[in-house]
Amino acid sequence: MNMNDTLISEPLEPQEMSTPVNRPVEDAGAQSAKVEEGKTVGKPFADDPKFKLRNVEVFYGQERAIKNVSLDIGRNEVIAFIGPSGCGKSTFLRCLNRMNDSIDICRVKGQLMLDDEDIYHSKKDVVELRARVGMVFQKPNPFPKSIYDNVAYGPRIHGLANRKSELDDIVEDSLRKAGLWNEAKDRLHSIATGMSGGQQQRLCIARAIAVSPEVVLMDEPCSALDPIATAKVEELISELSESYTIIIVTHSMQQAARVSSRTAYFHLGHLVEVNETSKVFTSPEHELTESYITGRFG
Amino acid sequence: MQPANLFFLILALIFTAYVLGYFRSKALARPLGGVRHLKSLPGYYAVRAALWCGIPALIILVLWASFENQIIQMLVLGTLAPEIVPASPGEASLLMSQINNIASGALSSGSVDASLVNAAELLTNLRQNSNTYMTMLVLSIAVLAGFVGWYRIQPKLNAREQVEIILRWFFFSCAAVAIMTTVGIVFSVFFETVRFFGMVSFTDFFFGTSWSPQVALRADQVGSGGAFGMIPLFTGTLLISAIALLVAVPVGLFSAIYLSEYANKHVRSVVKPLLELLAGVPTVVYGFFAALTVAPFIANFAQTLGMNASSQSALAAGLVMGIMIIPFVSSLSDDVINAVPQSLRDGSLALGSTQSETMKKVIFPAALPGIMGGILLAASRAIGETMIVVMAAGLAANLTANPLQSVTTVTVQIVTLLIGDQEFDSPKTLAAFALGAMLFIVTLLLNVIALKIVRKYREQYD
Repeated sequence: MNMNDTLISEPLEPQEMSTPVNRPVEDAGAQSAKVEEGKTVGKPFADDPKFKLRNVEVFYGQERAIKNVSLDIGRNEVIAFIGPSGCGKSTFLRCLNRMNDSIDICRVKGQLMLDDEDIYHSKKDVVELRARVGMVFQKPNPFPKSIYDNVAYGPRIHGLANRKSELDDIVEDSLRKAGLWNEAKDRLHSIATGMSGGQQQRLCIARAIAVSPEVVLMDEPCSALDPIATAKVEELISELSESYTIIIVTHSMQQAARVSSRTAYFHLGHLVEVNETSKVFTSPEHELTESYITGRFG
Repeated sequence: MQPANLFFLILALIFTAYVLGYFRSKALARPLGGVRHLKSLPGYYAVRAALWCGIPALIILVLWASFENQIIQMLVLGTLAPEIVPASPGEASLLMSQINNIASGALSSGSVDASLVNAAELLTNLRQNSNTYMTMLVLSIAVLAGFVGWYRIQPKLNAREQVEIILRWFFFSCAAVAIMTTVGIVFSVFFETVRFFGMVSFTDFFFGTSWSPQVALRADQVGSGGAFGMIPLFTGTLLISAIALLVAVPVGLFSAIYLSEYANKHVRSVVKPLLELLAGVPTVVYGFFAALTVAPFIANFAQTLGMNASSQSALAAGLVMGIMIIPFVSSLSDDVINAVPQSLRDGSLALGSTQSETMKKVIFPAALPGIMGGILLAASRAIGETMIVVMAAGLAANLTANPLQSVTTVTVQIVTLLIGDQEFDSPKTLAAFALGAMLFIVTLLLNVIALKIVRKYREQYD
């Protein structure tokens, strides 16, 4: 029996049980809608998933930020997490490579399996997990090193290249996949922070895929970019989806519609609805999802 | 009136001008329908009136107080007969003190020249009058200028802008004071150094390996030569500073890394102030800790190893000095490491690197300029430190690289040269200035080099 199973079977503290599930939101129409805890409409589960997530709960101190979320994420699919600000989609995303570990007061309960391995097992090697599950952040965060050193950072740490030429190949390959090779090949050894924002973000994607991850997490990767750079990154996501599982958090519903095959709608820590993207945006099953995508709140 | 009392009187006047200016501007605002119809807030008019009252008066006061003596001396000496007017400034000051003594009654007027007695009377006269004149002048200027400042308060007057300009000059002059002081110190040291090199040759000073700053009082004295070779002093300084930095840089840097990257909030909130407390311990306390605890311990320990150590050693002084400068390294490094954006840490961790890899490859290079600054501060502190060395390393100017030997440093020698009775035409005293100048140049070079390193790094990475 898994350690985490015992954790979630513990009774919740009474005050949390009595927390009204649906706190007042901006819109009257949404207020009338109810979310039942742990009940997700649509198709949250899949056969042979990459990530199998069951009854996930995340606490910041006493506050419950993620409430009993269960979800499967399939192999090589692009799934988008949408929802109003503060709904917990970024928190949930950061559980998937344990980036929440660095926050002292954050606790994660439930079962989070990557290829049938428990991510939060006490003996799990976080470093190895993060090498398999890469991440791209909201703001481009290239290291203040050269473009080459940025991409080579991960491969060097993990010893992926035995010779200089192998490292060169990895760097070139990653930059090509990120669509940055033509722009960067003549200035590989100039400082990365001198590039434009869009280039920096694609460099961060190249840096993430240089360690050959299986999954790439993207936390609002385009929110700091202009429309042209956004279009380039979105194009890139579509190309990458052939070889990677991509989980993207976004505030832009158009973006979710453009790049993802499945969409998950979060609301105040609940996973309200998961379905094929086209289905979510054309005929949402849940009233809250409909309110959100039609722009009535959020 | 004494200048100090006058100063407080002016402060009172300034306050009065402020209050009056405030009420006048309020009164002007009332018929217009409120403060908003004035060009500036009443506070600005009040400050402006206060500044008008204070600034000219204070400038006059300072000028008068600083040039009073020179002018009086000039006037007094001018009245003397041409044949007793002294030619050299040294004799002039001698004569002046003689007149001073007559004026104060310390020297009976019967035994000296009549012209000097007259001069002494003039001196007393001028002194008293000068005081009266100064008081009157300063007070009338304060009142007059304050009145003008008060009277000229008009709704259309842009007092805010004027106060801004005055404040800008005030801040500028504060900055200028610091710079001018430094320049003044540099020049005074420089001129005395030039005098020193008039008595001791360059090569003796720069390349001499023996330091024994003795000057013969009698011609036939034993060991009257005196040796002014600075090499033993600078090697001593270098040795002790190097030991201190060897202690302080690793300990300080690694504790900074622990505090900023690994320690949780509670540990940090306790340990950081405790570390900074080390900087607050008086150096003399470190000194006797080094001399009475560390030095004997080192001597005993060396003896058990079969080595010969003197009871005062460079090692003891260096170790304790290293402890003393730990906070300079750790506190500054901790601040700059914390200033490295969290996004860089996240980026590195998300690629699957460990905390120490992140530290080594991302945080440390990004924080290096600041860390260099901390180390440099610690180094200049170590080079300038005197008390610990006096107590723990001794006064013997040995030319040695053995840390178990007793050595001395530049600063310690400056202190010993300037303690006791001095004559300013002896190379013994002037050597202190030459050493000070050398120390200044070395520290300056150190700063320049560190700045270069920091800049080179920045070009590469920022």
